[in-house]
Amino acid sequence: MNSLIPLFIIIPLAIAFIIPVIGKLTNYFAKTITPIMLLILCFFSVTLLFNNNQESYIVGGWQPVDNIPIGIYLVLDGFSKLILCIISVIGFLVSIYSISYISKYTSENNFYALFCLMIAGMNGVVLSGDIFNLFVFLEISVIASYALVAFGVGKNELEASFKYQVLGNIASFLILFSIALLYWQTKTLNIADISNILKTHDSSAFLTFTQILLITGFGLKAAIIPFHAWLPDAHSSAPSPVSAMLSGVLIKAIGVYVIVRLFFNMFAFTYEIAVVITVLGTLSMIIGSLLAINQWDIKRLLAYSSISQIGYIILGFGIGMMILAKGGKESLAVLAISGSLFHMVNHSVFKGLLFLGAGAIEYRTNTRDMNQLGGLSENMPITSTTSLGASMSISGIPPFNGFFSKLIIIIAAVQAKFYLLAFLAVIVSIITLAYFLKFQKAVFYGKNKNFKDIKEVPFAMSLSMIVLVILCLGLSVLAIPSIREVVLDQAVNSLINVDEYVNLVKY
Amino acid sequence: MIVYILCFILFLVGLYGLITRRNLIKIVISLSIMEFSIFILLVLIGYIDGGIAPIVSEKIVNPTYVDPLPQAMVLTAIVIGLATTAMLMAIAIRLYRKYGTFDIREIKNLKG
Amino acid sequence: MSLIVKKVAQLITGFVFLYGIYIIVHGHLTPGGGFAGGAILAGAYILQILAFGRDPLHLKKKETGSSVSESVAIFLVLMMAVAGFFIGAKVFFNNYLPTGKIGELVSAGAIPLYNVLIGIEVAAALLTIFLALIIYKEEIEE
Repeated sequence: MNSLIPLFIIIPLAIAFIIPVIGKLTNYFAKTITPIMLLILCFFSVTLLFNNNQESYIVGGWQPVDNIPIGIYLVLDGFSKLILCIISVIGFLVSIYSISYISKYTSENNFYALFCLMIAGMNGVVLSGDIFNLFVFLEISVIASYALVAFGVGKNELEASFKYQVLGNIASFLILFSIALLYWQTKTLNIADISNILKTHDSSAFLTFTQILLITGFGLKAAIIPFHAWLPDAHSSAPSPVSAMLSGVLIKAIGVYVIVRLFFNMFAFTYEIAVVITVLGTLSMIIGSLLAINQWDIKRLLAYSSISQIGYIILGFGIGMMILAKGGKESLAVLAISGSLFHMVNHSVFKGLLFLGAGAIEYRTNTRDMNQLGGLSENMPITSTTSLGASMSISGIPPFNGFFSKLIIIIAAVQAKFYLLAFLAVIVSIITLAYFLKFQKAVFYGKNKNFKDIKEVPFAMSLSMIVLVILCLGLSVLAIPSIREVVLDQAVNSLINVDEYVNLVKY
Repeated sequence: MIVYILCFILFLVGLYGLITRRNLIKIVISLSIMEFSIFILLVLIGYIDGGIAPIVSEKIVNPTYVDPLPQAMVLTAIVIGLATTAMLMAIAIRLYRKYGTFDIREIKNLKG
Repeated sequence: MSLIVKKVAQLITGFVFLYGIYIIVHGHLTPGGGFAGGAILAGAYILQILAFGRDPLHLKKKETGSSVSESVAIFLVLMMAVAGFFIGAKVFFNNYLPTGKIGELVSAGAIPLYNVLIGIEVAAALLTIFLALIIYKEEIEE
């Protein structure tokens, strides 16, 4: 019982509450401690990713009584490890970037405190093995993100934050409602225990209703298409490092992660639910990309493309679920799910990079309107190159990681004979290429009208962008099957073998 | 059964307010009503006929306790609800300062 | 505020405060505890501010104090939880103190301590929220 998993939650939480106290005395404390803390978590999570042990942890030492788990469990399996890694790495790079970017705002300390709180909440969601505890951590991270979206306290920021909060609160109510219904039926809150009890139940209308509520609630948090209304406003109005965090990590950690975790490891999903999830994914993929074409605000375009890429991720999981539910070949399902996980990692890297690039442009020019920008590639070579890399990656140009993950999803769809889905994925990839070409042309190439004498962004900002573009290229090695097995197979296994997760929580 | 229906009606009252009201503060109040209807549902789930408050005591022989877990959940959820309401109010007041009104029809800088 | 309000507030505040402390201290024996008691404590402060204080400068000083004590209290809660790593069963949130006899005031191990700290934290947090909103309102009016 000497495991150190709770440190993932304790350290960011402790630092979030130290910052307002010590930050009153010195201004440099928050700036230095946040990246250092995230660097430590980075090393910690990467080491966890490369060793094979999976474990569970009982908070407070409340041992199970009569085979009924009574404590709060923290569970670390392959899937959680992967997401923890994404959170720490992107969080670290974003916090480095923020050192320069946030200095133009007042009350930097509050920014870092909220940032740490958001990290703590997300780590909690990912580690928690108890559905109500998961809800509590989810609320911690989203309340921090509400405040961060409104951090600029301009008209747009406040309006976006209010809209985000209203929709986010409705999502929370739906989630709490479904937790209440689940508790009503199973008399337990532990995910593994619920899974055991539901195995003996037949799927009833009550259960289906709960599942639909959960999909709606977490779909609102993940901004899948019919529930996406808040995302373009919130993600485009927030300060750029926050947008990178929200788009790159938050919607995955509290939206996609929880949907996937609950439907693979808690419910024995039916074919109908798999179809619903696939349809939602496909819709987000198509409509998100179509809406993105007509945007002239850089960050709005990126926000809509986030919706579209989340669609890809959900689509991959949906294909995997459909194959598993129909009893098809398991190797195909593994392919689809690992492609989806791969795309999840890739999307956080390149979308983080794109938002940081957009932030760099806004930092120097104070505008996000593509009509006013142009020809920035000469003045800002680093921003221009890194953004080009990310754009190529997101639209699927071969040497970059985005190509391989999309390819894996499409191959899985073709082999499973979902030709229509594969075709749509290819079409959406082409549309993505189109609007990122537009973005590149309008911002970095063409004639420089208004901004002749601007400089490259400060070192801290360009450093994290360079690291991210190297990650964009480097993650392509995951396409090689033997390397992919080391990194992604743990995660895939813990999703497909339902019993493995249940056995992890010993009681 | 009737209490569950009343609880659902309370939820619908909140939803109605959320959809029809144009005032930011009233929207916040509607959200709180929705929230509390779910809390009531949670407490109802843990209720047992004739149960007493789940506090261990030696004076009572063979007690029937109500389920304490939903109560703990509701307390936690109330704390969360307090935080979200405070956050919403803070944003609403700041919006009032920027726009000079609480009417959401006037507050539409963003396209959605 | 009028004289009647001021006088009544003066009379009541002490009792409200005492009641809050009672609720917090008996958190492990009766319904209530850190959150409920803390809310009552904050109520006592808010009553005083509503009756007397309208001076924004003074309020700002108070807000600094309350926000610092909030952070410190929650940090201490966390540190108490972390202390579980080093004492007893070596688990986070371990209740390492002797639990005593059921029904006595000093019992249940570390839980009363958590209650006290959470009470301070909740009182400070509610007060901070209230002060932040009221200071902002005063600034609008100026």
